[in-house]
Amino acid sequence: MTDLAVSSRTTSATDATSAALSVRGLWKVFGPNADKLLGTPDLELSRQELQAKSGHVIGVRDVSFDVAPGEVFVVMGLSGSGKSTLVRLLTRLIEPTAGTVVLDGEDLTGMGEDQLREIRRRKVSMVFQHFGLLPHRKVIDNIAFGLEIRGEEKSGRRSRAQEMVDLVGLTGYELNYPDQLSGGMQQRVGLARALAGDPAVLMFDEPFSALDPLIRRDMQKEVIRLHHEVGKTMVFITHDLDEALKLGDRILIMRDGEIVQVGAPDEIIGAPADDYVRDFTAEVPKSHVLTLRWVMRPPGSADEGAGAPALPDTTVVREAARAVLAADGPVRVVDASGAVVGVVDDEDILRVVVVEQRAPAGAR
Amino acid sequence: MTTTLEPARPAPTKEAQPVAERATSRRTGRKLLAVLALWVLAWATLRGRQTLELANADTTGLHDWFNDVRDRVQLLGQDNWFFHGVLGTIASGLDTFVGVLQEHLSSVTPGDWLGWFGVLLLAAWVTYALAGLRSTLLVTVVLLFLGLAGLWTDGIDTLIVTIVAVVICMVVGLPLGIAMSRSRRTSAVVTPVLDAMQTMPSFAYLTPIALFFGIGPACAIVLTLVYALPPLVRITEHGLNSVAENTVEAGRSLGVTKGQLLRQVQLPMAKRTIVVGINQCTMAALSMATIAALVNGPGLGKPVIAALQTLNVGAAAVAGLGIVLIAIMLDRTTTAASERSSPAGQRVAAVGSPGIFGGRTLVLEKLPRWATEEGGRGTDRRFLTPSGRRLVLAVLLLPVLVGAYYSTRYLQLSQFPDLSGVPVLGELTAGPLGGHINDLTNAVVDAISGVTNGFKDLVTAVMLNPLQSLMSDLPWWVMALVLLAVAFLLGGWRPAVVTLVCEAVVLGTGLWYDAMVTLTMTLVATVIVMLVAVVLGVAMGRGRRADTVIRPFLDGFQTIPAFVYLVPALALFAATRFTAIMAAVAYAVPIATKLVADGVRGVSPATVEAARSTGITRWQMISKVQLPMAREALVLATNQGLLYVLSMVVIGGMVGGGSLGYLIVQGFVQGQLFGKGLAAGIAITALGIMLDRIARHAAARFGR
Ligand SMILES: Nc1ncnc2c1ncn2[C@@H]1O[C@H](COP(=O)(O)OP(=O)(O)O)[C@@H](O)[C@H]1O
Ligand SMILES: [Mg+2]
Repeated sequence: MTDLAVSSRTTSATDATSAALSVRGLWKVFGPNADKLLGTPDLELSRQELQAKSGHVIGVRDVSFDVAPGEVFVVMGLSGSGKSTLVRLLTRLIEPTAGTVVLDGEDLTGMGEDQLREIRRRKVSMVFQHFGLLPHRKVIDNIAFGLEIRGEEKSGRRSRAQEMVDLVGLTGYELNYPDQLSGGMQQRVGLARALAGDPAVLMFDEPFSALDPLIRRDMQKEVIRLHHEVGKTMVFITHDLDEALKLGDRILIMRDGEIVQVGAPDEIIGAPADDYVRDFTAEVPKSHVLTLRWVMRPPGSADEGAGAPALPDTTVVREAARAVLAADGPVRVVDASGAVVGVVDDEDILRVVVVEQRAPAGAR
Repeated sequence: MTTTLEPARPAPTKEAQPVAERATSRRTGRKLLAVLALWVLAWATLRGRQTLELANADTTGLHDWFNDVRDRVQLLGQDNWFFHGVLGTIASGLDTFVGVLQEHLSSVTPGDWLGWFGVLLLAAWVTYALAGLRSTLLVTVVLLFLGLAGLWTDGIDTLIVTIVAVVICMVVGLPLGIAMSRSRRTSAVVTPVLDAMQTMPSFAYLTPIALFFGIGPACAIVLTLVYALPPLVRITEHGLNSVAENTVEAGRSLGVTKGQLLRQVQLPMAKRTIVVGINQCTMAALSMATIAALVNGPGLGKPVIAALQTLNVGAAAVAGLGIVLIAIMLDRTTTAASERSSPAGQRVAAVGSPGIFGGRTLVLEKLPRWATEEGGRGTDRRFLTPSGRRLVLAVLLLPVLVGAYYSTRYLQLSQFPDLSGVPVLGELTAGPLGGHINDLTNAVVDAISGVTNGFKDLVTAVMLNPLQSLMSDLPWWVMALVLLAVAFLLGGWRPAVVTLVCEAVVLGTGLWYDAMVTLTMTLVATVIVMLVAVVLGVAMGRGRRADTVIRPFLDGFQTIPAFVYLVPALALFAATRFTAIMAAVAYAVPIATKLVADGVRGVSPATVEAARSTGITRWQMISKVQLPMAREALVLATNQGLLYVLSMVVIGGMVGGGSLGYLIVQGFVQGQLFGKGLAAGIAITALGIMLDRIARHAAARFGR
């Protein structure tokens, strides 16, 4: 991950001006008179109540967040929680009922159709769950589609598309048609198409949900690799907590169109905002996610743990386990500047690991 | 490179072929251009030679031989067991049957079974029983209009032919459909026969059937049968087969016999679809019953033909209006009856119109909203329970019978009174109404004749004349080679072989020149049809509002029997080739448009959204995403459009279209041209098969 991404782990939001994407007070109400509903007390009603009362459905309710450049920002929630609606609001594929979206310094909300089209052509690309490929075009022409749309020359777009083919590992399949490829490969085409226009922001709407678990894992690795190589800002929608934890620098958890919690993976696991999130994350192997920051205790005396090499506070528990257990006494935990912020001993580590061993068994 | 490459490249299966084919697609374009170049070159050098043009009154040996055959059938047939014994009995039986019905129902002499009033009452009662109050009102109004406009006898005759044919269709078709759904072998044997019945333009079998059954009511009924039976059989089979698999399975698991399955599961569940089939059958029957006037079939077709031949638009329009009203009446009534026949079934109707070719491809769609709302309203809003309705029906039967009885006693109730002197109503009687329509037509024609004539001249100068000259002014063998080459390039060797055979047949009929003229008109009309269909279909496929506005018109146009299209076309374009072309366009546009619209709407929303996310413009969306993805529908629409157009262009021969259709009509009018008319029918069939085969194979190749 880039430095910026790392730093954004600790600060929960960057300031709006430098953000790649900044969302403020975003609402989407589906229904015939959605606009008139704004500002009325009806909007205080729960989703179910409002639907029963007026037939309006709240897709997204008062959502604000910032995404730093280069960050992988994951939006997570169960089916129907409004994730797809949210990601479509970000490019105005669905018109927001209220709120602003600033993408790469430009306010999308007041934009005319032409300007918006220009944004979609150059600044942001999407990858969809059902791929959305054009069946009558070859792989290479699918990838070059966005370039073609914005009027680039044939030779230029072919060579750019070829680069993308190579980048996503589809070399040799350029001249196939989408329905000749497996699902995973089709989604690689979708990825390559999104990357071809060199956008500032990539948006993914559950891109791997339709794939087999094994292929899904490959594709997740692929996204991580691509993020390393091209370093794009990504907004990634998923309903799969594992996926969210694996990919996200920060995770936004949604329920019924609302934000429940925003935070880095260890914050979500270590300090769930409410019972909903706690239930949700109950089965996650905590030692894989929690960092030493979450298990350390304040040092008892100034020289406690001085005997062993110190560990950074961002080390994941599982990775620290060997070193801590091997040490005779407690181990010091230091922050980025090298200052001692706490100590951990065998007990702190085992607490996390043992709970984890027991919890699933007890739950069943 | 990644370590995550998918297992293996898909094996080169059949699916892998399109890669190669797409590459050939461009090459095909180039080859076609080369053919065109050679063609034009040949035209420039060889024009006017060996065109095989045959003057109107000239005949060939084959034509004379056909005449001989006819004479022999007519003379010797008296003693032949088949001609006289079998066909003769059927013919005279049908003639007598229809004659009796005519005499007692449509003719207006007192002392028959029923006078007009009695017919009206009974028709209303039956409609109420089958379809509900709304349809009853419609039937009453339409019948009253027929009486007023002086179309009573012809109108009731049309209804008699139509209904007799539909009843026979049901007696034959329903068991046949059931048999087909139960036995794959039966289906395999019957389906090609149905295909043939539907692929042959109706005009083509007019002459042979007239030869076997003699002209008159029997011939009209047989023609109508041939035309109306296939949709009923097909839809019945389809309805039974499409009863949900798991329902059938559930039935089986309970141990039902095949018969029980049919009676207790399949028939009740398919009832709704079968009634839709009856609707299609009825509309097809009406369409053909009017055309059957050419073989002296009774009904409203006769005044239309008479008026068309004297170019009297007003008179043709009055009779045409009668036909349209009857069409609406039958359509609404059968639709309402089908709404009623299913409690909450899915509402479906066949897209395939009662066209000359019927719905060869059986496309089922949701019934348009206006149809379900309007047709259904009379039945859905029931305020009577079924038993209550039965009671009302029983109670009403008495006054109906009394009224029917009196209608045979009193002249006023027996013979529709002449109301021409009465204010307001008098305006609706034939004479004044024809006058009004003539005035209106003149006003409209005057107002838009600049546009229509300009359009006509433009199309004639830019497309029709050059193409006709290219196709018919050539030595026949050059044109034959061009067609072969095109068939081969578009469809491969199979359609090329079919084309070769069809060309030989056309050549054999001695009507090569006329066939090429007909082909020209067909192609020009199809081009126009597809232009209109793409514009309208894209608008409908993209926008719900456009769809709700346009679709009712298309549905309406599809209920109008083919014949009637000639009237407005004649009014607008006078008696020229162009009239036939425009009638054909009007006739084929609805089906083609619906197919295009369904194709465009069928483009996956996920793809459309993905394209939208790339910042696509509206025009790019249409040209790069929606139309290419709807390619299959476009090809299908072209195929259907071609066949619809061909059948109508031929009928248009009557009003200036000339060529093959004209020859068929002349065959009935002049005895010595009978053989030539028969030959023309054969040539049309050959053209139809050729176009159909080429289009189908091209569709399979390019319409992936
Ligand atoms: N066009 C629409 N009209 C009405 N309701 C909608 C529409 N699109 C989505 N919804 C509703 O908004 C809610 C959120 O949907 P969605 O964003 O698709 O959820 P997710 O992607 O998280 O599964 C759902 O309850 C859905 O029914
Ligand atoms: Mg979703």
